[in-house]
Amino acid sequence: MAVAGTPEELDRLRTTQEVARRGRSPLADAFRQLLKNRLAVASGLFLIFVVFVSVFADDALISIFTGKEVEPLIAPYHFAEVNFRLHDQGPLTRTEEGDFYLLGVDYLGRDMLSRTIYGGRVSLSIAIVAATVSLVIGVAYGIISGYSSPRVDNLMMRFVDFLYGFPLIIFIILLQVYFKALARSGSAEGIAGFFIGIDNAFGGMFFLFIAIGLLNWLAMARIARGQTLSAKEKEYVDAAKSVGASDRRIVSKHILPNIIGPCIIYETLQIPTYIFLEAFLSFIGLGVNPPTPSWGIMISETYRGLRTFPHEVFVPAAALVLVVLAFNFLGDGLRDAFDPRLRGS
Amino acid sequence: MVRYIIRRLLSFIPVLFAISLVIFMMARALPGGPFDFAGDRTIPASVVANLEQKYHLDWPVWRQYLAWVWDALRGDLGPSFYYRSLTVNDLLKQTLPTSFQLGVLSLGLALIIGIPAGTIAALKHNKAADHASSFVAIMGVSIPNIVLAPLLIYIFAVLLGWLPAARWGADYTDYALGFIPPLNRQFWEHAIMPVLVLGTALTAVIARLTRGSLLQVLREDYIRTARAKGLREKSVVGIHAMKNAIIPVITILGPLFAAIVTGTFVIEQIFGINGMGQHFIDSINNRDYPVVMGTLLVYSVILVVANLFVDIAYAWLDPRIRYE
Repeated sequence: MAVAGTPEELDRLRTTQEVARRGRSPLADAFRQLLKNRLAVASGLFLIFVVFVSVFADDALISIFTGKEVEPLIAPYHFAEVNFRLHDQGPLTRTEEGDFYLLGVDYLGRDMLSRTIYGGRVSLSIAIVAATVSLVIGVAYGIISGYSSPRVDNLMMRFVDFLYGFPLIIFIILLQVYFKALARSGSAEGIAGFFIGIDNAFGGMFFLFIAIGLLNWLAMARIARGQTLSAKEKEYVDAAKSVGASDRRIVSKHILPNIIGPCIIYETLQIPTYIFLEAFLSFIGLGVNPPTPSWGIMISETYRGLRTFPHEVFVPAAALVLVVLAFNFLGDGLRDAFDPRLRGS
Repeated sequence: MVRYIIRRLLSFIPVLFAISLVIFMMARALPGGPFDFAGDRTIPASVVANLEQKYHLDWPVWRQYLAWVWDALRGDLGPSFYYRSLTVNDLLKQTLPTSFQLGVLSLGLALIIGIPAGTIAALKHNKAADHASSFVAIMGVSIPNIVLAPLLIYIFAVLLGWLPAARWGADYTDYALGFIPPLNRQFWEHAIMPVLVLGTALTAVIARLTRGSLLQVLREDYIRTARAKGLREKSVVGIHAMKNAIIPVITILGPLFAAIVTGTFVIEQIFGINGMGQHFIDSINNRDYPVVMGTLLVYSVILVVANLFVDIAYAWLDPRIRYE
């Protein structure tokens, strides 16, 4: 179509541009769609609440600035604080000394509510860190593979296929056993000792981050590569090339922003898997180090007393289910809002 | 197709070697050894040295690995260091069939309930049945084994007293052909809860996937063509749509097998079932190297073979998918 034409054509062109400018951007449109999904909004608000409660369970964040000792803030007690006078008490326990336990105390006399709140820290940290690690590695690998020459692409994807054939969960377990044994031996020096120190500071979560994040980027790499392959055929990439943009600039300024959306949504949908994986590893004793509370550990420590003290199992269990449920509803809402193929159907 | 299968089968050999080598190295790299303790007491160094000599642990690692491979190729997975009277083969014979039954029943449950549920949801799109089944499915994927198992035990064994709280209803000595249990009342009573726990998440995943992919397929032109030429709705959905809609369900079966395997670790522990999963976790902690290697080899073979079946089913269902 000719650029300049009759006055009517010019006029029509102008109105189209006007409409396009006033029209909502896809992002705002998707966000509006998301807000219409009440379950997703409620889940999002609930997760914000959980994040807030977990972060401010104690004043660790504030004490960085004030330099004071860390004190429980929202959580009534520290997670390892033991009341030696009682154990295995049901919800709403009040002692003569004036201690009050909303959700009861566990088999060692520790406050269930506080342990459940602190347990949220572990699950959320795993969710965020594992998702970030897998997103960064997967997207970087996928873009490089998709943007490179077919020969390099083929080679890189063959490697991913090869790793796919490996039973990864078994490697995560072995890796965790190895890290745990290493941390327990305590004799490691140099780099290993450095990592063990970090791991201890995180209550045993650091190695979990590594094990879960490092081994879960394969699916992400495949998706990012597929997206890259279709994005690099688009006109805007040709346009960028024709004005002499470097590969680096094309990848970072043109391809990455266009493919990152679907990748993030896919990663959000994976978060429940990471939370379950942490709970599973903690359950079989390969997760965080006691006394750091994780919902998986709390269940594994108490399920044998199920008949007599069911609340000790079902409090962390309920927390685990509610958070995962919220992530699932939110992830579904995000996918419906951002995936135009399913919209309005 | 036959060539493809043969080629894939051949490609297992390097994969299995690589897996076994990595696992062997990792197991040996773990600090501590199998003879650190006898019960609570430590064993004198001279005795440990003798034991290690007996089991060839004093050999260089490469030689131990080659010896293990050589024995494994002849079907001998070695002795258990922890259960001194058992070999790994004995252990597998006693525990693998039970885990196998648990996994197969759960997968069967998931397919029998999940696919119809997803189909109904897709056909009744945006109606009450769809919303209800989607809600149930999202609940299903959000409740992990470690929560569902105590919940069911508490309701059906503790509160109602309808079902036994633990154990498997049959023993390996009762199995026909070494892996088929007697399908009597005792077996089913014990099997219901573990199978339900393991099967729930699988059912939910399959139902959601079936619904999503069927919805997409139903919008295709060829479905409109099929309807336009006056085919009955039953054969439009059942034959034309289902054949394509089932493909994503098949592809998810590979990861589902992995989920079943890890699920058995937890379920066997909670229900006190003498299956392979429990021995796997115990053997790692006991540094029972031959049992670690044996169980992992079995798991690897299961997962790799499952992936092969998935790929074959995939190529068979969708001729557009070509393997060079």
